[in-house]
Amino acid sequence: MVKNFGYKILSDASIDFDRNDKRIADYLKAHEPSMNLCIGCGSCTATCSAGHFVDFNIRRIHTFIRRGETNQVKRDILKCMFCGKCQLVCPRGVNLRNVILTINRAIEQTG
Amino acid sequence: MINFNLFVLPFFLGLIYLVAKIGKTWYRWIKALPAIDKVKFIAGIRHPQLFLSALKEVFLEALIHRRMWKRNPLLGYMHMSFALGWFLLIVCGNIESRFYSGTHLNAPYYPIFLKFFIHDKLVLFFEVFSVPGFFRFLMDFLLLFVLSGLVLALIKRQKSKWFGLKRTTEFQLTDSISLACLWLIFPMRLLAESYTAGYYGSGGGFMTQPLGNLLVAITPFRSDYAAYSMWWGYSLSLGIFFITLPYSRYMHIPTEVLLIFFRHLEIQPKKWYSSFSDVEVQACSRCGVCIDVCQLNDAGINDSQAVYFIRGVRDKYVPEEISRKCLLCGRCQEVCPVGISTDSLRLIKRRELVSGQASDFSYLTTQRTGAPCQGEVVYFAGCMSHLTPAIIRAMKGIMEQAGISYVHLDENGSVCCGRPLMIAGKDRQAQGLIDFNKRLIGLTHAKLLVTSCPICYRVFREEYNLPIRIQHHSQFILELVKTGKIPLQGHFKNVAYHDPCDLGRGSGVYTAPRELLSKIADLVPVPQDANNALCCGGSLGIFEASQQQHNAMTAVTLDMLMKNQPEILATACPLCKKTLEKQSPVAVKDIAELVYESLPKPVYFAASGQSHPAKSYANELI
Ligand code: SF4
Ligand code: SF4
Ligand code: SF4
Ligand code: SF4
Repeated sequence: MVKNFGYKILSDASIDFDRNDKRIADYLKAHEPSMNLCIGCGSCTATCSAGHFVDFNIRRIHTFIRRGETNQVKRDILKCMFCGKCQLVCPRGVNLRNVILTINRAIEQTG
Repeated sequence: MINFNLFVLPFFLGLIYLVAKIGKTWYRWIKALPAIDKVKFIAGIRHPQLFLSALKEVFLEALIHRRMWKRNPLLGYMHMSFALGWFLLIVCGNIESRFYSGTHLNAPYYPIFLKFFIHDKLVLFFEVFSVPGFFRFLMDFLLLFVLSGLVLALIKRQKSKWFGLKRTTEFQLTDSISLACLWLIFPMRLLAESYTAGYYGSGGGFMTQPLGNLLVAITPFRSDYAAYSMWWGYSLSLGIFFITLPYSRYMHIPTEVLLIFFRHLEIQPKKWYSSFSDVEVQACSRCGVCIDVCQLNDAGINDSQAVYFIRGVRDKYVPEEISRKCLLCGRCQEVCPVGISTDSLRLIKRRELVSGQASDFSYLTTQRTGAPCQGEVVYFAGCMSHLTPAIIRAMKGIMEQAGISYVHLDENGSVCCGRPLMIAGKDRQAQGLIDFNKRLIGLTHAKLLVTSCPICYRVFREEYNLPIRIQHHSQFILELVKTGKIPLQGHFKNVAYHDPCDLGRGSGVYTAPRELLSKIADLVPVPQDANNALCCGGSLGIFEASQQQHNAMTAVTLDMLMKNQPEILATACPLCKKTLEKQSPVAVKDIAELVYESLPKPVYFAASGQSHPAKSYANELI
């Protein structure tokens, strides 16, 4: 029997920039520079179709990519439906569908 | 062999090479068709009616160039004079040569170089229909016809605007060689025939004889040598043109014929690159008609229009971003004189780019989305409508007033219809979404699916294979009005209707929205509408465009829509509304909203709050 104590043990959240994999971030910067306009407002996540049903957070994905923590990104990005709502609400004009497409490509190329 | 001279060889060898090459290519294409298409092809060409209708279109398109005429008469005439003129020259030349030789078995070069072999006064003034010199006149006339096209082609290089083209395509090396030869063929023929007629003092028609006499008079050396070298020049330009043709843009001439046959025999484009695609790509004449209509120009993108993309495919090198840089608005397809399915070609290339990528929609379960209840009509608002809640509110109000028992399938967040993924080439991945939505729709036991989004509408019709009727809300509301389910009272002045790409060109729905609107509004004319409508600029089809570029396209579309000073812009697509709204000087409303506002007042106020009073009012009405 596992008792639910209402808390869990978090995984180590320290970021080691020397060891992290910045290849996706670099690829993204090179191929969809509008990503740099992001101010992290979270509008994209608030409207996200996929995020409505499942733990999927497009802003968190950017953040992880920027930090080079790509393991979860690789799993998460598969959930995007590509509907484009995020792009339409983004106040900064980030070309989000292409961001996602570019992340897909970067993952494919970096393995 | 009496009728032989060494100079016929370049032409003769070139012709043999060309026929063999085209034969081989066609054979390869037909052989590579999927089995089902092969059966269609073989059955089709044996079917006299199908065969004749295809032949008729070949005549209208490949010779008369009907669609070019529609585009611009000058352009149409130029293409027709070359194609039809040359064709008639060959046909009439053949008939003429039979009169003189008295046999049907002439060497293929004989009719072409007839005037070299025959210059006997008596035969040449042969009477046909009791007109002496009938063929002399006819052949000169046809030659003049072709030459007039040539003059136009030369002018077009300088003044393409006169031909309705702002921009034209550049040439590659083989194209230039081919073109130079093509342009030389007919002047050479003119000179050769004129010199010969002048030298013998007979044999020419109304144009070649006087010109020949003049040439002979002013030529300082022996004019029979001049004539002979012109015959060589004529034969050489023909020969080189034939040999370079399969490697140049002129391959489109024979290929278009095959494409017309394919289409008539109902061979469709595939989802992957097939020999049908190959035929389409080779059938592109690079006429450049698709360049000016493309709105990417407004965004400063000018390397990605259909003609450049197709050239890339043909040369087996399409830079990735060119495949992704296209609104998929379908405007180029609409005007293409060859009728190439440019959008589906672009999608084929996109599919190739993303074939290795996956998606995971296993999280979609009815526990998460909620199982829908049952009803007669299932309403699917679509993701985009969730960003324009006024449309959803209007639709619900309308259906409630009409007393329809509906199920709002995506009330609690929408599962995307799958088309945005397919637009990116991810058909396989979209299947997960399609399957799930199909299951939900099935659970409602509805007989009619209504959607507010043309993007969803298109994919429901094309990919879902649903056993029930599918309507866009403009069609649905129109039916409600026609059957008297909703009364309309309001009236709007000066409304301009904007055709959404996926509803109009994509699905062929042009009349329903107009008919519906005309019941509640005075429509002002829109300069470019129906199949010539502009994209709002917000298309999901393009990936490589910045927000500024999207805005630039939208601005041009708005300028066009505002031409006749409408007070309201009406559309039938949440994405168009959302896009236009940002920059429009006047209100942008969906048809559903306008209809909702036209309903009798009590309902209008009540329905915005709770739905019960509306329902009881509706019941009263019924
Ligand atoms: S909506 Fe745009 S600016 Fe806001 S977090 Fe998302 S990408 Fe960044
Ligand atoms: S495109 Fe993907 S990330 Fe953007 S709103 Fe749709 S599901 Fe969410
Ligand atoms: S795609 Fe059609 S319109 Fe464009 S250049 Fe080719 S033939 Fe002309
Ligand atoms: S589909 Fe539209 S955007 Fe794409 S090439 Fe054709 S006209 Fe241009």
